[in-house]
Amino acid sequence: MESIPFEHGLMLAATLFCLGLIGVMTRRNIVFVLMSLEIMLNASGLAFIVSGSRWGGADGQVMFLMILTLAAAEVAVGLGLIIQLYKRFKTIDIDVLSALKG
Amino acid sequence: MFESLGWLPTFPLLGFLILFLSGGGLPKRLIAVIGAGSIGLAFVAAIVVALPIISGDAEVIVHEVYTWMAVGSFNSAFGMYLDGLSVVMILVITGVGFLIHLYSTGFMIDDPSYSRFFAIMNLFVAAMLVLVLADNLLLLYLGWEGVGLCSYLLIGFWYQDPANGYAARKAFVTTRVGDTSMAIGLFLIFTQLGSLDIQESMALAQGEWGLDSGYAVAAALLLLGGAVGKSAQLPLQTWLPDAMAGPTPISALIHAATMVTAGVYLIARTHALFELAPDVQLLVALIGLATLLIAGFTAMTQHDIKRILAYSTISQIGYMFLGLGVGAWSASVFHLMTHAFFKALLFLAAGTVILSLHHEHDIFKMGGKWRQLPVAFASFLIGSLALAAFPYTSGYFSKDEILLAALELEHAGFWLWLGGVVGAFFTGIYSFRLVFVVFFGESAGHHEAREVTGFSMAAPLLVLMVLALAGGLIHVPTESVFAASEHGEHHVSALMHSIMIAVPLLGIALSYLFYGSRTLSVERLMSNTIAQGLHKFWFAGWGFDGLYRRLLITPYVWLAAVNKRDVVDTAAGLLVTLSEAGNSLLTRSQSGSLRWYILSVVGGTVLLITLGGVL
Repeated sequence: MESIPFEHGLMLAATLFCLGLIGVMTRRNIVFVLMSLEIMLNASGLAFIVSGSRWGGADGQVMFLMILTLAAAEVAVGLGLIIQLYKRFKTIDIDVLSALKG
Repeated sequence: MFESLGWLPTFPLLGFLILFLSGGGLPKRLIAVIGAGSIGLAFVAAIVVALPIISGDAEVIVHEVYTWMAVGSFNSAFGMYLDGLSVVMILVITGVGFLIHLYSTGFMIDDPSYSRFFAIMNLFVAAMLVLVLADNLLLLYLGWEGVGLCSYLLIGFWYQDPANGYAARKAFVTTRVGDTSMAIGLFLIFTQLGSLDIQESMALAQGEWGLDSGYAVAAALLLLGGAVGKSAQLPLQTWLPDAMAGPTPISALIHAATMVTAGVYLIARTHALFELAPDVQLLVALIGLATLLIAGFTAMTQHDIKRILAYSTISQIGYMFLGLGVGAWSASVFHLMTHAFFKALLFLAAGTVILSLHHEHDIFKMGGKWRQLPVAFASFLIGSLALAAFPYTSGYFSKDEILLAALELEHAGFWLWLGGVVGAFFTGIYSFRLVFVVFFGESAGHHEAREVTGFSMAAPLLVLMVLALAGGLIHVPTESVFAASEHGEHHVSALMHSIMIAVPLLGIALSYLFYGSRTLSVERLMSNTIAQGLHKFWFAGWGFDGLYRRLLITPYVWLAAVNKRDVVDTAAGLLVTLSEAGNSLLTRSQSGSLRWYILSVVGGTVLLITLGGVL
């Protein structure tokens, strides 16, 4: 079976990461910011997998499992916070919510 | 129990401690008893320790109280040394001091700070006794600074008036100039001779430093600087007239009888050093002469009763310096003593006048007061006679000795004598101008005033009157101190002697013609512009105050204003300024906007990666 070249995998991961980053920077809706963060996490996870398969090591997959767990935990806490924020402020716009400071 | 010299300063010091620690809570009667009593006890102790020396049983008494400090080879004891010279000083300080304290118990009775007054007065007497009893120059310096401090505190005694505080600071700072010079002199003596013990260092100086050697001249000059500051001589004389801001007994005790004569004492004490430097000794005489003439001129123009006496004090100390300068050590100490008698008398009498006339100082607002103020009048008459060296009063004997000694000096002697005689002429004028204006003629105000007297105020005046009249008969036991350097009898022609008697009388007569009988008119004398200009110049104390203001004070204040932000501190201040600028910059970046933070993180990461790539 012909495998996908290593470079392509990394390129895909980098592209995904940048897309996620742009999402984090430009989105005003906090749910979308969270989703963009997930994309960034997954992009880094993909980079680990690709690297792991390139050198035939198990470390990449272990790392990916960890990132997966981390992302799950983060989403759980993050969504919980967002729900609370929405309940209190009736909005999920981060520019408005930044008035929280102080 | 009083044989020990240590008792002398202890009594006043105890008095000070009790009054100081009680914080003014004691009843006035008790304060008076403690304040004056401690000095009375010190006087008794002084007589007890002085008797062997006066009677000739002993030449010196040495008593070491304890070792004050011992650092390496330097060892300074809290040691006391009593000889003929210090005997005169301790008797004057405690005797006249006691009379003035007694007078003060009446004079200051209405003052709310009665206790503070006596506390500082007692401290002053203690410091002054330490000064004259010290056997080493370091201990002498302790007393020297102690009296300076008390002088400052007492000039500014009525501190509610800022002018008094200014006068106090002026006195303190001006004398500090002299004190610094003296301190450097002590350093020089210690580094070169290795000892600060007065007798030892004087003996060493005579052995190691030759006549006219550089070190001797320098040390004598530096000590002279200290003496000039403390004794209000040219060019540091400007503080004394302003020091009259303090209560009148202060002026009598500190600024007439004792502290201002400390400079005379210092030079007499270190006379061996001055004999090694004849040029400096001549300078002492010249300073004395210039001061006595300048102050004499100024005293004739003043109209504040205390300022007249202040300038007269400067002038009389000028005579003492003149005596020191021509090597008449005993005569100077003799004049110091008689001056303490008659000047304390004059000041205390002036205090009575001022108090009786509701704090009036201007003599031209008095006039014809001899009926209303009989005691003060008698005091002023006797004091002024002694001051003007009227034959057979105390001042006559002492001033005579100084002038005769001056006449015997080679080369400059005649001119010094002539200057002294001219000064005596002025003394006659200004002292009796005061008497005639205050006590004779038309009453110019305060017509209903009654003399404030009481036992405590009248008794000291009476004792001082007797002393001012007969003080010239007291023998000063200083032969053993100055034995090596003094010639005995003076031989002068009868002509010179009669001139010296006649000149003060002429001054008194002239004063009578102007102010007593008014045969000669002051107004006519003052009508031309030259006389007015001279009067203005003399009145301002020969413009010394103005000169110093322009020469020293204004530049200094300007410098202080320019350097308000402290140039030296700028380097350290720069660090503060930079941190504050960095802080405000970073504060602005903390905007609270999430987007901005992310952008910063991304930007920073990109920058780091790029840098990593470049490097």
